[in-house]
Amino acid sequence: MTEIYRVEGLHLSLADMTRKPLLGAAPRIEILKGLDFTIPRGAVLGIVGGSGSGKSTLGRALVRLLEPSSGSIRFEGTDITHLGEAALRPLRRRFQMIFQDPMSSLNPRHRVGGIIAAPLRLHGFDDVAARVGRALDHVGLPRGFAARYPHELSGGQRQRVGIARAIALEPEFILADEIVSGLDVSSQAQVLNLLGGLVRDLGLTLAFISHDLSVIRRLCSRVIVLYQGRIVEDRETAALFADPQAAYTRELLDAIPLPDPDQPWT
Amino acid sequence: MSYLSIRDLELRLKGGGRLLRRVSLEVARGEVHGLVGESGAGKSMIGKAVLGTLPRSVEIVSGQILLDGTDVLAMHPAARRRLIGATCALIPQDPLTALNPAHRVGPQITDRLVDILRWPRAKAEARARELLAEVQIAEPERVMRSYPHELSGGMRQRILIASAFAAEPKLIVADEPTTALDVTVQKQILKLIKAMQERHGTALLFVTHDLGVVSKICQRLSVLYAGMVVEDTDVRTFFRAPRHPYSRALLAATPKYTDPTHSLTPVPEAVIATVRAEVAEADRRAGA
Repeated sequence: MTEIYRVEGLHLSLADMTRKPLLGAAPRIEILKGLDFTIPRGAVLGIVGGSGSGKSTLGRALVRLLEPSSGSIRFEGTDITHLGEAALRPLRRRFQMIFQDPMSSLNPRHRVGGIIAAPLRLHGFDDVAARVGRALDHVGLPRGFAARYPHELSGGQRQRVGIARAIALEPEFILADEIVSGLDVSSQAQVLNLLGGLVRDLGLTLAFISHDLSVIRRLCSRVIVLYQGRIVEDRETAALFADPQAAYTRELLDAIPLPDPDQPWT
Repeated sequence: MSYLSIRDLELRLKGGGRLLRRVSLEVARGEVHGLVGESGAGKSMIGKAVLGTLPRSVEIVSGQILLDGTDVLAMHPAARRRLIGATCALIPQDPLTALNPAHRVGPQITDRLVDILRWPRAKAEARARELLAEVQIAEPERVMRSYPHELSGGMRQRILIASAFAAEPKLIVADEPTTALDVTVQKQILKLIKAMQERHGTALLFVTHDLGVVSKICQRLSVLYAGMVVEDTDVRTFFRAPRHPYSRALLAATPKYTDPTHSLTPVPEAVIATVRAEVAEADRRAGA
């Protein structure tokens, strides 16, 4: 089997709390409107779109933090669309997530070592300390950082802790949701280069959600463009950038301000 | 002559380290001057110092901020506030926190004109309608009666732009005004700011971390590192032949989809060492 994920006819709707009446259920709002795609093993899949396009919702459905309304998601051949929490637990080790804001996804009262060790203990790993050390090595942080608290770290270092926590479990798939959008360009470059290297070295499959096509261009082998809950383009990165097919992809590309005063930007 | 001149501005955290290290820059009338650098470099602090909105924990150690030749730091605080209120404005980063969620949009534009600049209410309301139309808001009347949460992010940013231009300021500080927006909306908003600034002949101090944005709307820029200006030049020179190694490194770190192999290089350790040495040298001279 060459694909790690197979998604068919994926629909997902959520309660629209802004329109909830005082009594009774909130109306449902459809976020994902029938998505079909696969993620090949070893791919780095870029998921791009504007705010409200459904890219984060799609990510959360892939790692089953959200349950789809209909359609199916198969992970390594297993249908995980409606699996209950108990059945999901053993699978969760295998698909991990790195969050956008490391300040809110790392517990400020725990040390880095404890943060990375927690999911290892939860999944019943032995020699936890050694695994924490190796994870820190992988992300290029000194092992001594295990004793530090998140607030003692820079933004780029915190994001490395998020990566270390995900890879410590030796997952097959990692979802990274806008993980560099809060970082300075230099830290952004470091984190992206690190992630690219880890994908190669550890044989990971990665889905990388971003609004920044320049970042996607550098990192991803394949790109899905989402617009209002639908896939408008799903192609190899080089082909997409050479000759964007969908009007929305073209619009996204044209809107990027390149660091060049002579680029026409009309 | 420059409209805004900052000369040797020195800011310090009260009882702590230096935030700005003898920053000097000039912004001519109608010119757009970019302030770029990584987070913590002090770019927002310059804008806050100009507008007199520095946090209480920050003190001005020395230097001058001249608006049209008048040193505002030498003025009596009340007179300074009046002058800045009448001649300067801010376009903030986050349109959701900058607008009061409990109030309708209209009064949030007009109150400043009425309360601070003593305009008659009818004149202020007419001006607000006129400006909302100028920022391409289709139904100014309806929008003025709306609450902020009823409007999209792009609409809210348009309202803040209208509000900033309302009293015909000579200088606007824009602090990362499009960072929270989608790239397609960002483009519309930047084009709008640029068009308004040109039409009104307003000088603009534009704080951003995005060199792509700088290349589209600024004429000049200052690159900051640790509160020190490492390069101050015109935009074309900066992008064609940046002089300082830190400027070159920032450009190399910026992602560029047209040239994926020559982007996303982290700022090299050697460059950081160089610029840190310059900072230390500046501190040593300041101490001597």
